[in-house]
Amino acid sequence: MTSRARLGLIVNPIAGMGGRVGLKGTDGGDTLRLAVERGAVPRAGERAAQALRALLERREPPDDAVLYAGAGEMGERAARDAGFAAVIVGKKRTCGPTGPEDTREAALRMMEEGVSLILFAGGDGTARDIHAAAGERQTVLGIPAGVKIHSAAFARSPAQAGILAALYLSGRSAVRERLAEVMDIDEEAYRGGVLRATLYGYLRIPHERGRVQGLKAGSPASEGAQAAAIAASVAAAIQAEPETLWLIGAGSTTRCLKEALGDSGALLGIDAYMGGAFAGWDMNERGILNMIAKHGARQVKIVLTPIGGQGFLLGRGNQQLSPEVIRLAGKQNLVVLATPNKLHALAGGPLLSDTGDPALDAELEGYYRVITGCEQFSMYALRAV
Amino acid sequence: MSKLNSHPYIPNFGAEIQAEMLREIGATSVDEFFECIPDELRFKGKLDLPEPILSEAALKRHIEKIAAKNTSANEAISFLGGGCWNHYVPASCDEINSRSEFLTAYAGDPYEDHGRFQALFEYESMMAELLEMDVCNVPTYDGTQAAGTALRMAARITGRNRVLVPALMNPDRMKAIKTYLSPDISVDTIEAANDLTLDTARLKNKLTSDTAALFIENPAFLGVIETRGGEMARAARENGSLFVVCCDPSSLGALTPPSGYGADIACGEIQPLGIHMHYGGGRGGFIATRDEEQYVQEFPSRLFGIAPTTHGEWGFGDVAWERTSFAKRENAKEFVGTAAALWGITAGVYLATMGPSGMAELGTGLMRRARHLANKLAALPGVRIPTTAPFFKEFPVCFRDTGKSVEAINKALLVRGIFGGHDLSPDYPNVQNTALYAVSETHTQADMDALVRALAEILKA
Amino acid sequence: MEMGKRDMNKKIRSYHQARWDEPIIFELSRPGERGILLPEAEPEVRAAGVPELGAMARKTPPALPEMSQMRVLKHYMHLSQENIGADETVDIGQGTCTMKYSPKINDRLASLPAFADTHPRQDESTVQGTLEILYKTEQYMKAISGMDRFCLHPGGGSQAILAIATIIRDWVDDQGLGEQKDEIITTIFSHPSNPACAAIKGFKLITIYPDKDGRPDLEALKAAVNERTAGLLITNPEDIGIYNSRIKEFTKLVHDAGGLCSYDQANANALLGITRAREADFDLCFFNVHKTFSSPHGCGGPGCGVVGVRESLVKYLPAPLVGYDENNDRYFLDWESPSRTARVKDFYGVLPAIIRGFAWILSLGGDNLREVSRAAVLNNNYVFKKITAMRGADAPYAEGEYRMEQVRYSLQRLREETGVGVASVINRMFDFGMHLWSSHEPWIVPEPFTVEPTESYSKAELDEYLAVLEQVITECYETPGVVLAAPHNAAIRHVDHDVLDDPARWAITWRAYRRKYSGYFEPRG
Repeated sequence: MTSRARLGLIVNPIAGMGGRVGLKGTDGGDTLRLAVERGAVPRAGERAAQALRALLERREPPDDAVLYAGAGEMGERAARDAGFAAVIVGKKRTCGPTGPEDTREAALRMMEEGVSLILFAGGDGTARDIHAAAGERQTVLGIPAGVKIHSAAFARSPAQAGILAALYLSGRSAVRERLAEVMDIDEEAYRGGVLRATLYGYLRIPHERGRVQGLKAGSPASEGAQAAAIAASVAAAIQAEPETLWLIGAGSTTRCLKEALGDSGALLGIDAYMGGAFAGWDMNERGILNMIAKHGARQVKIVLTPIGGQGFLLGRGNQQLSPEVIRLAGKQNLVVLATPNKLHALAGGPLLSDTGDPALDAELEGYYRVITGCEQFSMYALRAV
Repeated sequence: MSKLNSHPYIPNFGAEIQAEMLREIGATSVDEFFECIPDELRFKGKLDLPEPILSEAALKRHIEKIAAKNTSANEAISFLGGGCWNHYVPASCDEINSRSEFLTAYAGDPYEDHGRFQALFEYESMMAELLEMDVCNVPTYDGTQAAGTALRMAARITGRNRVLVPALMNPDRMKAIKTYLSPDISVDTIEAANDLTLDTARLKNKLTSDTAALFIENPAFLGVIETRGGEMARAARENGSLFVVCCDPSSLGALTPPSGYGADIACGEIQPLGIHMHYGGGRGGFIATRDEEQYVQEFPSRLFGIAPTTHGEWGFGDVAWERTSFAKRENAKEFVGTAAALWGITAGVYLATMGPSGMAELGTGLMRRARHLANKLAALPGVRIPTTAPFFKEFPVCFRDTGKSVEAINKALLVRGIFGGHDLSPDYPNVQNTALYAVSETHTQADMDALVRALAEILKA
Repeated sequence: MEMGKRDMNKKIRSYHQARWDEPIIFELSRPGERGILLPEAEPEVRAAGVPELGAMARKTPPALPEMSQMRVLKHYMHLSQENIGADETVDIGQGTCTMKYSPKINDRLASLPAFADTHPRQDESTVQGTLEILYKTEQYMKAISGMDRFCLHPGGGSQAILAIATIIRDWVDDQGLGEQKDEIITTIFSHPSNPACAAIKGFKLITIYPDKDGRPDLEALKAAVNERTAGLLITNPEDIGIYNSRIKEFTKLVHDAGGLCSYDQANANALLGITRAREADFDLCFFNVHKTFSSPHGCGGPGCGVVGVRESLVKYLPAPLVGYDENNDRYFLDWESPSRTARVKDFYGVLPAIIRGFAWILSLGGDNLREVSRAAVLNNNYVFKKITAMRGADAPYAEGEYRMEQVRYSLQRLREETGVGVASVINRMFDFGMHLWSSHEPWIVPEPFTVEPTESYSKAELDEYLAVLEQVITECYETPGVVLAAPHNAAIRHVDHDVLDDPARWAITWRAYRRKYSGYFEPRG
């Protein structure tokens, strides 16, 4: 029972350098050079060290885990700063800044060592790189060090990342795992003032149940059970309306729904379902419009769930649902799903809409009956971003 | 009435202490805290309550006078039963459940309220020995709630939406179960045989593919012991239904528990285990099953389990198995709230005090007294015991051939200081002039003779 | 031997709970011991014999412990010393529970044999005292709430909610609107039994979240209410301690849509004599007698939840209610009206709790009930002021506003700054003999804890509690290890709860434990 826990740490040293000097993102050599010229300093390592310190304080006993760290700025330095002896994975780069392939390589090596958890410090880009190596097989957790982060695979803060990692490694049953969306941001467009985000995939992250012993009332359902409940009841409603063209958006809860409907496809894009079967996968705007035209004037319903950590219902990861598509369906035909945990994570903030058409966003504002369980709904507000 | 400047239940009553606290808050008057309540919502008059009885001595006197209008079952000779019984309450039970550490505690963690967790784990464990099942819950409100929940559990486990219950079951419990199970689960009934036990011959016809559970009481409400439980269990199993048995824990020292004849879920009322009757207000319900995941995860009530500590002590906590099946509304796990924990602790004290011998002697003694009394009553002219089935501690007595109504008989008995068995006629339209007579281990031969003598007189008149 | 010095000015006790290392009761069993002797049946009675039972005769006696009487008593006395009630501690940390003083005189009165040893089927002439108390308690509840009739049956707040959900279901079905009106609205801060009981009665649940001030969002309610609305289940103030001044707009909205409004009065301790269900236009309400009306909590029951309704809903109350025949000065069980056949509980109500509530109300009277609430709210705002000044603790919502009788705080900041969360704080509070409770699920407020002073504790006691809380918070910043490893002074040390989540490893009874383990948690086989 007491073999030592294995933990991995990968730092993306250039993550977050843009933000403080007014740049959005640091992919691409030119941007990095510009950032350095403007005096940008690597921050990710510092944040990784914060996380490690929080982990050490929390861990019982503190020196039990074996830490594997990327070489040099990719984790070795942060481990040393935190006073956590580490086994170094890979070699230090002799020239040029580190890039996505270094992140992927480090992750793969650590997975070979059988780490239970990989902590990575960075932003959306780093999450994407981790995903390329780890997929959904390896449990990971992001230490936020990027600019504004859209992926849901990150802890709230470096300290929280450390605490959650410690809990996870101790094997406490209070910590479960769940899937979190990884958003792929088009950084160049972002720099041009346009935010284009697609859902890239899902990472498996630890997730703490907010419960202590000593219950007055019974215990609640797990995240998985909540999602399954929603999926089952919505699937039944969908089957009951075969004449309707259902456009099912991306996200972890709608993914559950697609599985309940029998789909085992890519699960990252917009899928169409009609007359008891899937009619199209991972559709783009043109494909959707064609299908609606073919389907005729009958009803179109769009099934959505907030994607990523910021509460976006529209505009992040489902831009294929263009303003034209949404207008054809109509506001009353938007069906919103979310587990209660997802709504609570918004900490009172609204769901957000950023379709690219501010007039449409304004029209869509209001309260929606979000499906949060079997025959259970929450009235939740959607606001234009 | 002079205005109080202090009250024993409100330490911060006085103007001075309130002013001091207001100063520290930075407010000038307590009224400020209520400014959020708009005028239209304010209650403006005087509450329609009597003038208070302020002194403790006067309060005691007042309420004792009210109490004096009652005649308790121990001031008469009582043969009342039917779901609530006048068993002896050992002094240890009252001693422990009036300990303020138990009486005034509530919902602390397994550390500061370790005592309560251990006491309730032990209650679960002692019930488990009586029932010979490995899982028993922290008590729910009463045996009726336990039965209702057991039936809903069966519905969830089997995915079916009907239950089959005896037509002659406890009529109040039947009503409550129907209320609890509606609107989604329907209740079918199965008739009794001539001897008032379940008519097992009809079972095959009555069990349908929608029947989630066959439910019986054993002993039955009318006191008879069901001896064909094995047959019932088989029929239920062959039909894919669960077999749910509501039993009397006071019988389980002498009678085979439900698990011994194939029950899947056992339930019942713990009032006989050291809890005063309190006019029907002292109640608690148990539900017990095998230690299988599919059962344990259906319990809405709390289940306390045993766990290790860092220092090798006995620790406890909630077995709060995260519900994994909420996919259908039918799987929603009912509800749980403040129910009857103190009575569970009491029942634990009772069972430990009685021990195996006590429970065995209790069961045997009750059956002997019941048979003795039934024989004596049956010897009275016109009085009939309308069953040949064995009974436990109560039995029906038919007075139809005496020409006198149970109501009249009971009024006459009352005058003589005897509470006769309660009249079954209002709840059983087909059963006229029949009363349910119950015995307790406190009944002496003289008590029973007094009843027989009184009845002899009354019936002659 | 040199004697220590006592710090005469210290604010915090040096507390240690009794630690008896008490065996499981079965470990105390010795063959041949017994705790009580039963009356023996006389020879002629014995001769009547037992019936032929066949397989129904129990073959082996139940494996209960065999212990002498004093030994049983000692065991439970030890356990009681390892438990803490409101009588023992400044129990303000069990928020929402209303841990007020349960007067001992009321305990004695409720236990009088004349009350405790009555059988529910006794002739009414022999229980006029009990019936009088049932009747009068109903009148008191009517006065306090403004409702027209009360049913005293339910065994607790949750069962009262079930009774209310049943009434709404019956009312809807009676109008032939069962198909159409299938939705009930509640708030996210409501007790979990609200959505749970509504679901049992076949309703869909719509949950409203708070607005930025912590009050239920009226705009959300407007969006939620429609012709399918059967009812609204709402608490005011909610468990976070903030009063919803616009409650009448809420009830009006639902009434206009043809639904019923039910008032969960678990938090009534803030409002006695100040505002009532009637003034806010509620159709139904319930009280927890074991909260507001002082009946003790009993480790989790018995309690009592009394349900009040307006005249038009009386027919849906479970029978029997209690009536009074003025002409004959006689109380009676009224089985005739209401006409419904619904029942929620065995017999007529949890008498020991009802008698205590009756006595408590009678001893205080209307004016003093108002003083109870005023003191409870004053005490709470005093504690509120002090706690929000502490490091790491915040009270979300309604900034700058006062609170009613309790507050839900957050230790999120503490957690972020020290890594120590509310779970550990709760455990460390106990090293000083104090309770602290978090919140019902879900934890909308992160790292929550809820404090409800009630009227029963003096300023000095409140200060004592605050001093302990402050001490523990300080430790989180300075010596977090002590807090993380807590409790140290409890009857037992840190429990590993993980076995309780694993079907292969959990043991809900001693016999299950013995089947799965030998010695001390050594797995068998």
